[in-house]
Amino acid sequence: MDSALSLFYENREFIFLIIVSIFLGIEVISNVPAVLHTPLMSGANAIHGVVIIGSIIIMLEAEPDNYFALILGFLAVVLGTLNVVGGFVVTNRMLEMFKKKEKK
Amino acid sequence: MTELLQNSILEICYLIASVTFILGLKMLSSPDKARKGNLYAAYGMGLAILATILFKEELSSDKMLNYGLILGGLVVGTVIGMRMALKVKMTAMPQMVSFFNGMGGACAAVISIVEFDHISHSGTFEMGMLIVIILGLIIGAVSFAGSIIAYGKLEGKIGDKAFPGGQVINIGLLLAILGLGIYMATMASPEPMYLYILLTLSLLYGILFVMPIGGADMPVVISLLNSFTGVAAAFGGFLYGNQAMLTGGILVGSAGTILTVLMCTAMNRSLMNVIIGSFGGGGAAAGKDSEQGTIKEITATDAAILLAYANKVSVVPGYGLAVAQAQHTVHNLEKILEDKGVEFNYAVHPVAGRMPGHMNVLLAEADVPYPKLQEMEDANGDMASTDVVLVIGANDVVNPAAETDPSSPIYGMPIIKALDAKNIIVMKRSMGKGYAGIENELFFHEKNRMLFGDAKDSLEKLIAEVKNL
Repeated sequence: MDSALSLFYENREFIFLIIVSIFLGIEVISNVPAVLHTPLMSGANAIHGVVIIGSIIIMLEAEPDNYFALILGFLAVVLGTLNVVGGFVVTNRMLEMFKKKEKK
Repeated sequence: MTELLQNSILEICYLIASVTFILGLKMLSSPDKARKGNLYAAYGMGLAILATILFKEELSSDKMLNYGLILGGLVVGTVIGMRMALKVKMTAMPQMVSFFNGMGGACAAVISIVEFDHISHSGTFEMGMLIVIILGLIIGAVSFAGSIIAYGKLEGKIGDKAFPGGQVINIGLLLAILGLGIYMATMASPEPMYLYILLTLSLLYGILFVMPIGGADMPVVISLLNSFTGVAAAFGGFLYGNQAMLTGGILVGSAGTILTVLMCTAMNRSLMNVIIGSFGGGGAAAGKDSEQGTIKEITATDAAILLAYANKVSVVPGYGLAVAQAQHTVHNLEKILEDKGVEFNYAVHPVAGRMPGHMNVLLAEADVPYPKLQEMEDANGDMASTDVVLVIGANDVVNPAAETDPSSPIYGMPIIKALDAKNIIVMKRSMGKGYAGIENELFFHEKNRMLFGDAKDSLEKLIAEVKNL
C-alpha cells in the first residue's frame, strides 16, 4: 500500500499531465469530419514518432564502449526517424491534394 | 553555458513542441488548416529533436562516437523514410501508415531493452521504473508486430488466417504476458532473460492478434495500433521525465482511441466485434449463396446512352476504382457528362477504399471539386431522384444484405442505397466477391446491369461512346 501511494505521490505531476492530455486528445479531434480521418490518423502516427527523443537520450547516456547500447540505440534512432519523417511526409502528400482543390 | 540555462532552453523547446503537437492535431481536423497543422507539428518535432541533441547533455569529446551515430541514424532514417513516403502510391497509403507506425513501436521496444540493460548494470530497479520499462516493451512490441502483419495483409502478401481455437491461444498469451510482467515488476533485479521471453511473447501476440482479422477491418486495427504506439511513446516519456514525449504520446493515444471508435461507428460495429468476431472466422461468409438470380450485362454503348440522357448520375467509388488508378478517368467522364447537362456527383461511403476518408483523398488527387463529394446520408436522401447509379469497383458498401440479411457478416453496416435509384450500372472486373468475401444480391437485381472489365478501360470506353453520341 505504502509503495503504491509513494509511487503515486512521487509522480503526481506526471499523472496530472497524463489525465489532462487524455481529455485534450479526445477534445481536440472530436469534431473531425470523416473526410479527414485518414490524414488525421497519419498525422497522429507522425506525432508519436516523438519516441525518437528517447532513442537519442539512450545514445547520449551510453558509455562510448557500451556497444550493446550503441548498436541498439542507433537502430532505435533509425526506426524513430523513419516514423517521424515518413509519417509527416506521407501526411503532407495526402493533404497537398486537399489544397490543390481549394484553389478552384 | 550554465546548466540552468541549458536545461531551461531544453524545457522551453519541449514546451513549444508540445504546443505544436496539440495545435497540429487540432488543425488536422479542419480541411483548410490541416496542411499547416501537419507542418507545425513537424517543425515542433524537429525542434524537440535538435534541442535534445544540443542541450540534453554537456558536449564532451569522449562521446563523439555517440553523436556521430545519432547523426548517422537520423540521416539514414530520413533518406529511407523520404524515399518510401514519396514513392508510395496513394492507393497504398494505409499500409504505409501501418509500416511507419510499426517503426515507432519497434523504437519504443528497443528503448525499453537498452534502458533495462543500462539500469541492471548500474544497480537495482525502482519498481515504478521497471513497470514503465516493461509496459513500454510489451506495447511497443505488440504494436510493431501487429503493424507489420497489417502492412503485409494490405499489401496482399499475407492472407487472413484464423486458427482453430485462436481466441483461446490469444487470451492465454495475453495472460502469460501480463503474469510475467507483474512477476518481473515485483523483483528487485530481474534476469535479462525474462525480458527477452516477454519480448518474444509480445511479438507473438501482436502477430496472432492481427492475423485472423479480415482485411476490411484493417483500418480500424491500424488506428488501434497507432494509439498503442502513442501509449508506448508516453511510457518512454515517463521513463525519462520527458514532457514532450509524454504529451505527444498520450495525445496520440487518446485521439487515436477516439478515432478508432469513430471508424467503428462509421461501420456500425463495436470495437470488440472487430477484434473478436473477425470476418475471416470460418464459415461465417457462407450466408445465402444458394439463391442467385441471373445477372444482366450491358455494353459500353448502351451504358453511355443511359448516362448521357440521364438527368442525374451518381458515382459510388470503391477500392476497385483506386486500384485501377481510374480516379482521373472518372473525373473526365464527369466533365463530359456535365457538358451534356447531366447532374453528376459522387456518393462516398465513409469507409470506401481501405480507410475512412481514403476515397476522398484519391478523388481530390484527381481534382474532383470538393462540393461534388456527397456524404452517405445526403447521397441516400437523393438516391430516389437519381437516374443512374454507377458503382465503380465497390461491392460491400452497396450490398443490401447489410440491411436485409441478419446472418450476413456485414449486417448492420450503413450502406449506400443504390437500389433506390432508377437504374444501376455496376462496373466490376469479374463476379469476384468483395473484401468481406460475401455475395452481393444487388448484382442480381432486375434494375442492375453489369459492365465487366478493368475500371479504367471501361470508363475510357464509356467516355469515347458518350463523345460519339
